[in-house]
This record gives sequence, structure tokens and C-alpha cells, in this order.
Amino acid sequence: MNTPSNVMPESPLESQVAAPPVIPATRRLYWSVRRELWEYRSIYIAPLVVAAFFLLAFLIGLMVSPAHRHEPLDIPYELAAALIMGTAFIVGIFYSLDALYGERRDRSILFWKSLPVSDLTTVLSKFTIPLLIIPLLSFAIAVVTQFLMLLLSSAVLLGSGLSVGTLWGRMSFFRMSLMLLYHILTVHGLWYAPIYGWLLLVSAWAPRAPFIWAFLPAFVIWGIEQIAFRTSYFLAMLQYRLAGPQPSTTMAYGGAMMDMLSALTPAQFFSTPGLWIGLAIAAAFLAIAARLRRYREPI
Amino acid sequence: MACIEARGLRKAFGTTIAVDGVDLRVEEGRILGLIGPNGAGKTTALNAILGLTPYQGELKVLGRDPWTEREKLMRDVSFIADVAVLPRWIRVSQVLDYVAGVHPRFDRAKAEGFLAKTAIKRSSKVRELSKGMVAQLHLALVMAIDAKLLVLDEPTLGLDILYRKQFYDSLLNDYFDRSRTIVVTTHQVEELQDVLTDLMFIDRGRIVFACSMEEFESRYLEVMVNPEQVAAARALKPIHERQVFGRSILLFDRVDRQQLAALGEVRTPGIADLFVAVIGNQPSGAQGAAR
Repeated sequence: MNTPSNVMPESPLESQVAAPPVIPATRRLYWSVRRELWEYRSIYIAPLVVAAFFLLAFLIGLMVSPAHRHEPLDIPYELAAALIMGTAFIVGIFYSLDALYGERRDRSILFWKSLPVSDLTTVLSKFTIPLLIIPLLSFAIAVVTQFLMLLLSSAVLLGSGLSVGTLWGRMSFFRMSLMLLYHILTVHGLWYAPIYGWLLLVSAWAPRAPFIWAFLPAFVIWGIEQIAFRTSYFLAMLQYRLAGPQPSTTMAYGGAMMDMLSALTPAQFFSTPGLWIGLAIAAAFLAIAARLRRYREPI
Repeated sequence: MACIEARGLRKAFGTTIAVDGVDLRVEEGRILGLIGPNGAGKTTALNAILGLTPYQGELKVLGRDPWTEREKLMRDVSFIADVAVLPRWIRVSQVLDYVAGVHPRFDRAKAEGFLAKTAIKRSSKVRELSKGMVAQLHLALVMAIDAKLLVLDEPTLGLDILYRKQFYDSLLNDYFDRSRTIVVTTHQVEELQDVLTDLMFIDRGRIVFACSMEEFESRYLEVMVNPEQVAAARALKPIHERQVFGRSILLFDRVDRQQLAALGEVRTPGIADLFVAVIGNQPSGAQGAAR
């Protein structure tokens, strides 16, 4: 300290050293989300496997029944998307149930809590997975699958000397993808948010068997309501939540899923009270889950 | 400012009182050994200090309330709460990435340096490592964090003697300096004897004994008494007496060394022997002490 060479750089360096190093909350969240992807690899493996099997089945179908080549081609595309999204939804349910339970079961919660990451950041990072990461991943996988299906169809058509013009002309690939993205983000993300919130809460609380604790209350409430009041509002509420926001009377006809969705404009979707009630409930569930995690110890 | 300061720290699980009004003050730069039988409340007390469990009474760690400020506290405190709490699915490279990503005081190069001295491969998963290697990995992570307080709860449980020795050696040589504080609990007290600066015995939720190691060494002496002088030795009021190979070993508190040298071979007692003496002298507290 008393040599000139030490004194000189003091002013710029000292100010850096004196300020306590702080890592921004977004960066902690980012690494926490990455950690989840390291741990739960089924998040992307399961939809990828489903997509691969679907492509295989589609290819076999093209080979063995050439008659299909002249049929309307939208249906297998929608089926592919539906299968992948369905898989992703199931993965999301199992993920959410294990997210805050698994770390207690394997005692790693003691390691995570030794790091300067708050319980809320942890819970939010785990909520991000079913809310955003799984939907976006399943969207990407679905679109790539559909694109590969289109290429396979084209190749088979070309191989049999038919024109691919009608196929590509009829498929509005870009529009289909856009609708899919919209559906995934709104329904699988925002609309289902309270479901994920509930599962995370149970996962943070359950002393064991989170699966049973998550679903048993629903049966009990439904049963009590049936016996005591002979009504089924609770069941209707669950159905409403699972089925997604339905278009109002303007959409009387059934039609395929994509048509139905295109009718529910963003304006309609975001003015559905059910969406905001659901999000508020999800926020409450998450707050409780974060609070619970503070008290929880390894099982 | 004391590193840890507790007044009337209390924690009950239902009707079981785990920590029963503990007063504690740990100054900066000390290495405190917290010794006690199973179920004495060591882990509960440490959990309170680390913000892992709510408590009653006053507790400040580095000036913060650990229960409400765990996140901030963990920038300056690191801990190994138990062996094998590193998640089994994680890769060594991933755990380095993660800690570097979330911890402002983590020096990744330092951790890599510690790991380079071990046989731990960067691509291994924790589940593929031996128990000793997991402990080495955790220690490497913790030592690369520039923390003010390090808490170790049974950090070497189940490790073989070689790893245990290495563990404390690297802790002392590569990590500890006078500005850090270490609190450690263990059952293998003998290995800690040369490591500690302070000693504390805890039994049934209470601190029953506390002293610095200098005080320990100057106050307590153990004499292997010559058979013919046992009666004379007993007259000096030993705090404990035990038999080894037919010889009486008597433990004395604050008795002159010259006086004892006349009775037999004098030496500094082991922590474990003092522990047995102190806990054994507690009313009805002898049951768990021998473990």
C-alpha cells in the first residue's frame, strides 16, 4: 500500500472491488431454467420420440397406400401437431409434479439453497418450463415434423411422376405454423397456467406421492358436490379449463381444430375473464409454492 | 461485528425441543468445532444459522437475519449441509456452469484448479463418481467461493481416512485465512483437534461447554497414573477417570503440570476424552455420549 505502484491504480480498481458483486436476477433465472433442462431431458426427448415414430408411420402410410396421396392432406399434419402437443402437455404435468418434489427427495435442495438464488426465482424458473419452454419446444418440433412430412409427400409424389404443385398449393404451411404457435402459446401456456401452478404447489408441499395429492382433491370435491348438492359445477369448471376458451356463438359449426382456433382472435382470447382469473390463481399458487419451499426440508 | 451472534436461540419440533435457548458468539477468523451426540441439536442449530429453518430468539449471521434474508446471506456464506447433496444427475461441467452463473463470488478458474488435482473428469455425472470424489467436488466448489463464513455439517461422514485427511488439509492450506470463519460439526473429532481454534460441546439442545483451543490445551491435562499413585492422583479431583489396559487415565482441569508429572505420564487429552468427561458429568446425559 505504501509503494507508488500500488497507489496508482487504486481509484479505478477500488471502486470495482468495493461494490458488492451482484448477478442480475434475469441471469440467475436463465441459469435456473437451463438447469431444469439438464435435469429433465424428457422435456425434449419425449416429443422428439413421438415425432420420429409419427414420421415413420407417415412414411409407411405413403408407401403402402398410394391412394392417400390424392386425399386431403391436412389431417395427418394436424394429427402430428396434436400428438406432439399432447405429449408435451403430459410431460409438462409430470415435470411440474416432480419439479419441487424431486429436489427434496434427492436432498439436492440443500445444495440449491446453499447458493444465492431465492425460492421465488427457483419456483419461477420451474414455472417457465411448462408455461413457455415446453410449448415453444413442442411448437418447433411440430413444425419441423410437418415440414419433413411435406418433403416426404413431395418426394413420394415426384417418385410416382405426379406433380407436387397441387400439394404445395393447397398447403398453407406458414399460416398453419402461425396458428399452431398462437394456439400453443395461448392455450398450452397462458390458459393452462393455473394447472401448472397447482401442480407446482403440490410438488412443493407433498410429503410423498405428489401425483395422488394433485389429483385426489379434485375427485373429493367433485364427489362431495355430487352427493351434497347434486350439482357438478366443479367438474364443469375443470372441463372448461382443460378444453380451453371456447369461441362464442359466432362459431356454431364444428370443423377442425385449426379452424376453430382461427375464429378465436387474440382480442377475444385476451378479453376472456377466465384467462385473467386463471392467471391470478396461478400467481397465488406460485407465491404459496415459493413460500412453502422456504420451509421445506429434504424428505 | 461477530460473524454469528445468537441469543436465546430456540427451536422445537412439536414437543421435542431441538435447540433450547442457545447463546452463541463466533468471531471472525475462527474455526469452531461443534461437537455433540446424535440428536443433540447441532444440525438444527446450523440449519437456523443457514436460513434453512425458522427459529425463535435472536440470531444474526454477518449482520443479517438468515430466515428472511437467505438469498442475500448466501452470497457471503457457503455450506456443505450433508454428504451427497449434489444432485446425482448433474455433470461436473454443468455444476461449474451453474454455480458460475448464479454466484457472484465464485471463481471458476480456482475450482477448475482444485479439480485438476483430483481424478474427477469434467464430463462425469455425479452419480458416476465415488462418494469421496463427490465430497472432493463439493469442496472444490465451496473453496472457490470467496465466502466469509463456511459451514460444514458432517462433511466427511462415510469417507475413508485418506479422503478425510485430504479434505481437512486442503481446507486449511488452500482455503482458510484469518478473514474467514469456519463452523464444522463432525463425529470424527480426533481429526479436527489440530484444525480447530474453538471448541463447543452441545447436548440436548444446550451448549454445555465452550472454550478456545489455547485454553483447552492449557487447562486440561491427562495423566496415565502409576498404579501406586492412583489414590494421590484422585485426591487432586480429576474430572474423569477411565481404565486402559489396566492403567488409570485421569483427566484434570486446571491442575499444575509439575504436580501431575510426579504422578505419571502427562499429555494433552483428546477432544473425544474431554467430551466424554464433560457430557458424562451432565446430569443423566451420559447415554449418547460414547457414540
